[in-house]
Amino acid sequence: MKMNLRVSAVAALGAAMIISGGAYAQANEQFVPVLVYRTGPYAPNGVPVANGFVDYLKLINARDGGINGVKLTWEECETGYATDRGIECYERLKGKGPTGATAFNPLSTGITYALTEKVGADKIPLFTTGYGRSESKDGSVFKWNFPFMGTYWVAADILVQHVTKKEGGADKMKGKKIALVYHDSPYGKEPIPVLQEHAKRLGFELLTLPVTHPGVEQKATWLQIRQQRPNYVFLWGWGVMNSTAMKEAIAVGYPRSQMFGVWWAGAEPDVLTADDAAKGYNAITLQHGAEKTTVHNEIIKHVHDKGQGTGEKKEIGQVLYNRGMISAMLVVEAVRSAQGKFGKKPLKGEEVRWGAENLKIDAARIKALGMEGMIQPIATSCADHEGAQKARIHSWDGDKWSFTSDWYQADEKVLGPMIAAASKKYAAEKNITPRDCSKE
Amino acid sequence: MNWGFLLEVILGGLMAGVLYSLVALGFVLIYKASGVFNFAQGAMVLFAALSLVRLMEHMPFLAAFVLTLAIMVLLAIGIERLVLRPLVNQAPIILFMATIGLTYFLDGFGQTIWGSDVYQLNIGMPKEPIIMAESLVNGGILVNKEDLYAALIAAILVAGLALFFQKTATGRALRAVADDHQAAQSVGIPLNRIWVIVWAVSGIVALVAGMVWGSKLGVQFSLSLIALKALPVVILGGFESVPGAIIGGLIIGVGEKLSEVYLGPYVGGGIEYWFAYVLALLFLLVRPEGLFGEKHIDRV
Repeated sequence: MKMNLRVSAVAALGAAMIISGGAYAQANEQFVPVLVYRTGPYAPNGVPVANGFVDYLKLINARDGGINGVKLTWEECETGYATDRGIECYERLKGKGPTGATAFNPLSTGITYALTEKVGADKIPLFTTGYGRSESKDGSVFKWNFPFMGTYWVAADILVQHVTKKEGGADKMKGKKIALVYHDSPYGKEPIPVLQEHAKRLGFELLTLPVTHPGVEQKATWLQIRQQRPNYVFLWGWGVMNSTAMKEAIAVGYPRSQMFGVWWAGAEPDVLTADDAAKGYNAITLQHGAEKTTVHNEIIKHVHDKGQGTGEKKEIGQVLYNRGMISAMLVVEAVRSAQGKFGKKPLKGEEVRWGAENLKIDAARIKALGMEGMIQPIATSCADHEGAQKARIHSWDGDKWSFTSDWYQADEKVLGPMIAAASKKYAAEKNITPRDCSKE
Repeated sequence: MNWGFLLEVILGGLMAGVLYSLVALGFVLIYKASGVFNFAQGAMVLFAALSLVRLMEHMPFLAAFVLTLAIMVLLAIGIERLVLRPLVNQAPIILFMATIGLTYFLDGFGQTIWGSDVYQLNIGMPKEPIIMAESLVNGGILVNKEDLYAALIAAILVAGLALFFQKTATGRALRAVADDHQAAQSVGIPLNRIWVIVWAVSGIVALVAGMVWGSKLGVQFSLSLIALKALPVVILGGFESVPGAIIGGLIIGVGEKLSEVYLGPYVGGGIEYWFAYVLALLFLLVRPEGLFGEKHIDRV
């Protein structure tokens, strides 16, 4: 018996050593793939987003020692905003790190469309903060997609709400003309169904004017705008297309105050080359604008002042830098939320997906994150992978972006049935049985 | 039919065409003198514009312009020494492939040393439109003042190039090399020096094009894609003809604008980019060597 005990003790010790050795072999790290475009025609917009994203990850490691002790690691992959290269990056990075990729932020609606089916098979969540498929808000069908904080349908709906308010009410919209100047890609086409629905409902005329990638030649488009004289122009561009649109608007004398961009057409690179002439131009925001709050000071203190900054210090607080920073925050908070259920250890994509679906960022948490005034509370669920549907308008005064409207809430009465119909259609096409969210 | 609007679209197309011609000229110059189709012309436009705009942050425009000219000449010497000279007597397709490699190198190298942001380039071109004939046409006819200035710059450049080719000894040597490499060499024209000169001239054309386009769009990577707009121009105008680059540019400019405005609505719009190539291909069916290209007669 004594012998047996000794043998058992040795065996137990050995097993413990093997287990602990195994645990030490698996690094206490959470791997975040970072898809970027730092080169190519969209680089001026892609670079600040990437810098904001990476700076925030660096802040979490430098200030907090990671997420509850789990260090963040990451690797950048250059997509050039091209779908084929985006898929290549996905395949290259999905298995990296001790538990594989945490979540993918493709920063491209085209890449999002291409990855939507792949992520389900690989069990990795797809975070598309402010872009991607609008109907993917419906988590019962799009289990792995998370279009946090607002989709293009939300943007289109709120822009119509804003111009309707400017005109003095819904009855004043009849006979008005709105021109949508859009990037001829899945991204640019996203708002069309919502604008068509509103056109039918409110009686305004919708002109749709596509601009071919990358958008350096828009003379014909703007001559048509000069001829048609729409009351408003909605600009759904990206990269050089936005600044070119601004210059062409000036060239045909279209008032910038009647131009409204989506939140990817409302940042510094879009207006700076037009200089004073862009004054009065407006854009909807993905909640935040170009503000500087506590989190920016923290990034400066813990990252940039230590010589670890990703880009130039002057871009901290710019619109697209903030977009990247908030996107990274959502990845971190999803992991933190998942750690509450699965433990403070490196988590698999499947576990992070649960965290993303049960995200609760309330006012107190926003304050703790140092983002007070930048964003509104976000609460996701099985049925709602978006978490918030609020936005406001900001305008360029020739020098800086300033908010020029109150908060708007997207009209669920209009969008709800559209999302339900679109996700149902997608489920039928792909043979997906929607989850019963009442049971989750 | 709104005739005023039609006229406005045609004028807009002519102006856009002049800007395409500016880039197409660079292609034509190198092809004329060396038989090389320089795919890197767009990358040279970007590289020149980036150099100019970043140097302007540290010095006045004129000094930055002169220094950028020097950079483009150095680049020409580098290309001749490192790319062209080792490939002498290789098939044209090899030289063409080398210029594709050069494109990627220049795009990446330019952005590495000068940055990949959007840089504002203000060379004093006016932005406001002019509205003409308001009494004749409802709403008048709009002409972009910036485009008018660009057309003037292009005209001065073409006149300068014509003088250089016709009236200077170097220009005559360039034409001799273009006609027959071996014959030119046999009368003592140094081929290597001529190649440096023609690439340098092409670099200067790239700088002017980069300046005009950069003033319009801001200096950024997309400038290198402007070359894709110049390709149908040289296909249509002929690879060896300076007047062809100008006339080709005007036809492409007008053709694509008319197609976008009048055909676009029937097919969902966004057709001007590829319609330019359709137009060029249609011309090729009738004149395979382009409008002003030299007819090649092969003896069998």
